[in-house]
Amino acid sequence: MAADFGFRLSPSSTINLDKTDLTKFNQLVEEEPDVKKCISCGSCTATCTAGKFYDIGLRKAIIYLQRGMEKEAVKMLEHCMLCGKCMMVCPRGLNTRHIILSISRIYKSERQ
Amino acid sequence: MNKNIVIIGGGPAGMEAASQLMLLGYSPIIIEKTSALGGHLARWDRLFPDRGSAKGLLDELFVKLNGANIFYDSDIVSINRLNDSYNIILSNGITVIAQAVLIATGFNLFDARKKEEYGYGIYNKVITNADLEAYFKNGSDERIDESGIKRIGFVHCVGSRDEKACNRQCSKVCCITALKQAIELKEKFPESVIYCFYMDLRLFGRKYEDIYLSAQKDFGIRFIRGRVSEASEDIDGNVVIKAEDTLTGKPLKVTLDLLVLMAGMSANPDANRLAGMLSLAIDSDGFLQSYDNVAYIHRSKKKGIFYAGTCTGPKTLPETLSEARSAALDIHNYLKNSDYGG
Repeated sequence: MAADFGFRLSPSSTINLDKTDLTKFNQLVEEEPDVKKCISCGSCTATCTAGKFYDIGLRKAIIYLQRGMEKEAVKMLEHCMLCGKCMMVCPRGLNTRHIILSISRIYKSERQ
Repeated sequence: MNKNIVIIGGGPAGMEAASQLMLLGYSPIIIEKTSALGGHLARWDRLFPDRGSAKGLLDELFVKLNGANIFYDSDIVSINRLNDSYNIILSNGITVIAQAVLIATGFNLFDARKKEEYGYGIYNKVITNADLEAYFKNGSDERIDESGIKRIGFVHCVGSRDEKACNRQCSKVCCITALKQAIELKEKFPESVIYCFYMDLRLFGRKYEDIYLSAQKDFGIRFIRGRVSEASEDIDGNVVIKAEDTLTGKPLKVTLDLLVLMAGMSANPDANRLAGMLSLAIDSDGFLQSYDNVAYIHRSKKKGIFYAGTCTGPKTLPETLSEARSAALDIHNYLKNSDYGG
């Protein structure tokens, strides 16, 4: 065992795509092919009802999932009230509510 | 008609202008510095947006040129204004008196070696858009290991929108070229993962946005917003690149089997040399300055000197061909009317 010198190295915040496991994301893409069409415009975040109170945005969540930051994405979407305003503003016509529900199902199933 | 027209440059602009002038009854002379016509088009395989054959277009341009006067392997030694004409001395010893001169010298592909941090010419698995197009055309490139290609990256804006590379301008065609090439690579290597690193995606042209959607939806190309800061080589000879993923605000790195640099368009030094001989103005971006950037982009400020194509800034092929046709018509009007406005 390594000696304890009383200090540690800070964990790297770099996203390493070589080590990113996209199994679940690929499953999401399979079920919700629309997620591939997101252009990260941010309309969903801008219109989000919960956005006033929490750090939430589907745009960010979709990016997080592709970068292996699954916990952050799921935590963010916990605040979603499924009001569907993001669906109305999305220029690419993503079925955002359905995507959010699928994300919760696919990414939460293991933790229960 | 006994009016001489000299066209400098035998790329698509020069070729199309020449055939239009021939239809109008003139016998233009094309001066080409290399031993073949076609310019950059001759080195390309397929063209956006419909992936039409580059050779098909070139052949069509060539057929329309039947009977034109072409001087190959010729440079302009000097060009002087006489009263209403220009005296042009060529490197092959021939002197031509021309009433109108069309400059169609095109662009230079940015030399990707100047962006040393991307490792072109240093690392084996770094190629340019032109190399990739040559690979599609010829079917082989020793830097592309067809059996082991799994991860591919495209870097947009190499030598474009870059003050330090002395190219402030957007080269306009690279975004859509990257998408076209990414899709073609994905078709060739369906198991591969392809990333595009971009600052902005500038998909302005007709059907370009459809190609973007298709690249995402049908081909699963992954777009990462962030300019690649550097490339390095790992112990296996693969390329590791670093960028900021600006949409999460975090640094990002990935190992690749092939890195494609989208080299942009720079001003052609030959055009600058001509500008020096003829006292033509150079615009702030290094390309030739037009009479007017809206209405008369194909005219210079000097009587009898006209422009076509990318000598006045980055352009797509359809833009270049349209401009060649308008320049031909304008030359015709200029030679016909003594009270021409230009």
